[in-house]
Amino acid sequence: MKAVCWQGANKVQVDTVPDPKILNPRDAILKVTSTAICGSDLHIYGGYIPTVQKGDIIGHEFMGEIVEVGSSVNNLKVGDRVVVPSTIGCGNCHYCQRDMWSLCDNSNPNGWMQEKLWGSITSAIYGYSHLLGGYAGAQAEYVRVPFADVGVVKVPKDIPDEKLLFISDAIPTGYMGAELCDIQPGDTVAVWGCGAVGIFAMISAYMMGAERVIAIDRFPERLEMARKYAKADVINYEEVSAGDALKEMTGGRGPDCCLDAVGLEAHGVGFEDFYDQTKQKLKLETDRPHVLREMMVACRKGGTLSVMGVYGGFVDKMPFGALMNKGLTMRAGQMHGQKYMHKLLDLILTEQLDPSFVVTHQLPLEQAPHAYKIFQQKEDNCVKVVLKP
Amino acid sequence: MTLTPQDKQNQDEGNETGRWASLIGGGAMVLMGLRQRSLRGALTAIAGGTLAYKAATDKGGIGEALGMDKTIKVEKTVTINKPADELYRFWRKLDNLPHFMKHLKSVTVIDDKRSHWVANAPMGATVEWDADIIEERENEFISWASVEGADVDNSGFVRFKKAPGDRGTEVKVVMEYAPPGGAVTSAIAKLFGEEPEQQIGDELRRFKMLMEAGEIATTEGQPKGS
Repeated sequence: MKAVCWQGANKVQVDTVPDPKILNPRDAILKVTSTAICGSDLHIYGGYIPTVQKGDIIGHEFMGEIVEVGSSVNNLKVGDRVVVPSTIGCGNCHYCQRDMWSLCDNSNPNGWMQEKLWGSITSAIYGYSHLLGGYAGAQAEYVRVPFADVGVVKVPKDIPDEKLLFISDAIPTGYMGAELCDIQPGDTVAVWGCGAVGIFAMISAYMMGAERVIAIDRFPERLEMARKYAKADVINYEEVSAGDALKEMTGGRGPDCCLDAVGLEAHGVGFEDFYDQTKQKLKLETDRPHVLREMMVACRKGGTLSVMGVYGGFVDKMPFGALMNKGLTMRAGQMHGQKYMHKLLDLILTEQLDPSFVVTHQLPLEQAPHAYKIFQQKEDNCVKVVLKP
Repeated sequence: MTLTPQDKQNQDEGNETGRWASLIGGGAMVLMGLRQRSLRGALTAIAGGTLAYKAATDKGGIGEALGMDKTIKVEKTVTINKPADELYRFWRKLDNLPHFMKHLKSVTVIDDKRSHWVANAPMGATVEWDADIIEERENEFISWASVEGADVDNSGFVRFKKAPGDRGTEVKVVMEYAPPGGAVTSAIAKLFGEEPEQQIGDELRRFKMLMEAGEIATTEGQPKGS
């Protein structure tokens, strides 16, 4: 089959590799019909995620059709059309049973690495480094789905892929980010990053009762998408100071909730950005925490920070005094896909949510190298690419 | 009444035994309490085998012969979302162990106490030993030690203890083993890896996966590009 294989920093290629096989009784094999490039794939593409190896198949936002099931999978059959959450959960451990699927104890065969780095083991994620399980990713014609009996949601055949695909990752990530904000009536929610996750977080924030959403980015087309589809007021941080603007727009209080939908490759401005870019390039700092810093200072006293952007390792020069003295609450996590997938499907089937507007590019799988490049460089107004195997 | 030196020794051993029993049953780190003491000796002592304990620690005993300072001691605990009796039953059927202990080729049960172990060593070699169960308490505790003539002298225990609330069962393994001298030494060192605690941690994690998820997560055999 054809698959997108990582070659090194800023290089992927489409290789011919063997088809995946059933390896465990709870596995299924999926014929992939749509597979997106996630913003977090750009961290891998750029070489910022450790333990990705040359030749690894990447990609974790996908859907398709079941073509084979393992001997223990009784609730799926060949031909079922399904969307697959990007985090892999066993369904039986303490965490999965409490709907915290991305904290699954049992899906990561390389747990020892995480235990050393983070002190505990978290769930595996498709195609997202050996640290996170080393599973072959889904930017391929076929993919193996472990724990398929609990790890997929069946979807109707008469709805186009573009309406359903993002149940896999971008929508639940945004939704959970909003949920972590614990939004109260009258709240203003500021969201850094107007990619797919950020925009779904804004839409979710309104669903959860937010009074107002403010979107922060530097690309006009993304800010326009946030304004048009998520009813957000927008700040272009290259034109004005985001911190100053947020204060002025919230009566001097600061936003009640701040949500990071950017993660470890944040761009700042001026000296701070130079500092982080340099430290990251010299490997003195793995992550660029510009958004985290800005959120801590911008947030109102007693407010909540919700971190959905991906971080992998260490950050530097955090204004921790702001967090402590202002009594902020910080919440974070990879999304618990299996917790949200049925609810989100319901929102789509009842036409309360149509996420297909985020797709700016549909390309054949073979054009993955081009797709990664335009997505990384934000060329051609690229917000979201869907690859078609 | 004055204590004879023999009385004194018996009393000390009695105290030691009690302290050990509570250490193994409690929530502290066992190896901290073990310090320079041999695990084999302590396990034998709490099983009530004072003479065997003396044999193991007196001059010329097994411990001395192996040079206890060369032994490797590891301790690792994992919490498993299953009741203790279910976990105990699986473990006590010793021929189940190779299902999750990757380096074991086979465990053959000889009788109620004795079993024969074969482990893979690098380059197709194997190492073998017989082990006896020293003490077992149903659903709680199993201790074992290899008998004379083992390629790898080893002893240890596994303890199953209910975790607080509804958190399942805490499974603790404490092991001590002595890589023998000669040609096998390097093979054994590799066999157990450079970090024995990681190895035991991996075994316990696979045990947990098997018990909770019904299968052991793997990526061996999946496709990869060039």
